[in-house]
Amino acid sequence: MALYSEKVMDHFRNPRNVGILEDANGIGEVGNAKCGDIMKMYLKIEDDVIQDVKFETFGCGSAIASSSMATELIKGKPVSEAMQLTNKAVAEALDGLPDYKMHCSVLAEEAIHAALEDYQRNSEKNGTASEKN
Amino acid sequence: MKIYADNAATTKMSRAAIDAMLPLMADTFGNPSSLYTIGQRAKAALEDARERVAASIGAQPREILFTSGGSEADNQAIRSAAALGKQAGKCHIISDPIEHHAVLHTLQKLEKEGFEITLLPVSPTGLVDPAALEAAIRPDTCLVTIMYANNEIGTVQPIRALGEICRAHGVLFHTDAVQAVGHLPIDVGAAPIDLLSASAHKFHGPKGVGFLYARKGVRLTNLIEGGAQERGKRAGTENVPGVAGMAAALEEAVASLSANAEKLTVLRERLIRGLQEIPHAALNGDAVQRLPGNVNFCFEGIEGESLLLLLDDRGISASSGSACTSGALDPSHVLLAIGRPHDVAHGSLRLTLGEDATAEEVDYLIQSVAQVVAHLRSFSPVWRDLCAGKTPFLL
Repeated sequence: MALYSEKVMDHFRNPRNVGILEDANGIGEVGNAKCGDIMKMYLKIEDDVIQDVKFETFGCGSAIASSSMATELIKGKPVSEAMQLTNKAVAEALDGLPDYKMHCSVLAEEAIHAALEDYQRNSEKNGTASEKN
Repeated sequence: MKIYADNAATTKMSRAAIDAMLPLMADTFGNPSSLYTIGQRAKAALEDARERVAASIGAQPREILFTSGGSEADNQAIRSAAALGKQAGKCHIISDPIEHHAVLHTLQKLEKEGFEITLLPVSPTGLVDPAALEAAIRPDTCLVTIMYANNEIGTVQPIRALGEICRAHGVLFHTDAVQAVGHLPIDVGAAPIDLLSASAHKFHGPKGVGFLYARKGVRLTNLIEGGAQERGKRAGTENVPGVAGMAAALEEAVASLSANAEKLTVLRERLIRGLQEIPHAALNGDAVQRLPGNVNFCFEGIEGESLLLLLDDRGISASSGSACTSGALDPSHVLLAIGRPHDVAHGSLRLTLGEDATAEEVDYLIQSVAQVVAHLRSFSPVWRDLCAGKTPFLL
């Protein structure tokens, strides 16, 4: 029995969409170093579609894998769909997480939502807010 | 390359230990309490092991009680001293915050039962100050329990000085020597130690067996009732093969102790020097008063569990005081007690070398750790903020 599923280890060893986006228009950071997990999501949204996404994570294997999987799940998706992302979907896509690591998938969901909210705030500020609900 | 660098967690059994155990499982399997030949042979093997264990630490055979390991020995030592104290109306115990949980949790229970516990502060390198101990001893102090050497950061306490203070004040002194026995020279005949705990699998013996040394005259309290084994102080049919394996392993460890320590200290220093080259890294524990094979570092901007997983991919077995490795919320209580902030304590790595380690392996460890730390930092938002000057470097 391994600690993590093959999927988790794959995303941990070869994280997708890792790094930063210089031209991001939505950035979200959640967690704190004291607790051992910080996730930062960078979104580039055009025409209400997530054109690009990158992440940076300080944390354990499942935190890194959860961030990576979350970026894959929302890349190329409309904002409205990305807003529906749940931690359960992240964990399921990773073929499950140990119970005591489920909070990592929660952080991933929260990081995505924080970045989307940041985008919406930015859009409103710039007067280019989306008309769609 | 495959490197097992977690010898503080457990060790590979020695050939001598395995050879001592096999006949006691395959042939001489009798119950030492039985009167027939095969039982009495098992009894003889048990008592032979007791003599050899005792001789290895300068004790008398009747001062050695076999247990299921270090945790049980710690529990029984502390419970026994507490019971003696209570009888005499003394309910104060002194310890320190970097003890193993086998000690700390037992003390917490005693606190609920009405004992008063004083935890002496430790220095930034994990040392207990003998003067602070002397100042903390009160007329109602019944026990001082301070570990010989720390399992995480490798700091070796000034045991003789601490024990002498206890003796001068007529207070029982227990030391959890799980990391020290077989690795550091110990002579309880000469040192002022009343109770000492040890565990076989930390010195190439089997798991599930250990011993408690209790100086003659220190009355033990049972944790397990139900039989006359171990002079009535620990019921249950004895783990004869385990005890024999422990004795063989201990004899071998003690015989090569100084040669091993000398060799390991050289390798340890090489490893420490190499890891110190990594930016914003710091050694945990004392640079001098340190177990020969122990290296423990904090690396800023990364988390320990991911470090361990990537080292495992490179064939390296190591451990960390990160919360994520244990499922706990807080990182190592030892690292916090020596003053490492939470964020830094999460990025700790412990490498504990075995006697068969080589310089080549140490160089591979250095190279691998440097690469993995750099990789994890490359996408750590904490590291980015540190480098950008948004948050100050702590190391």
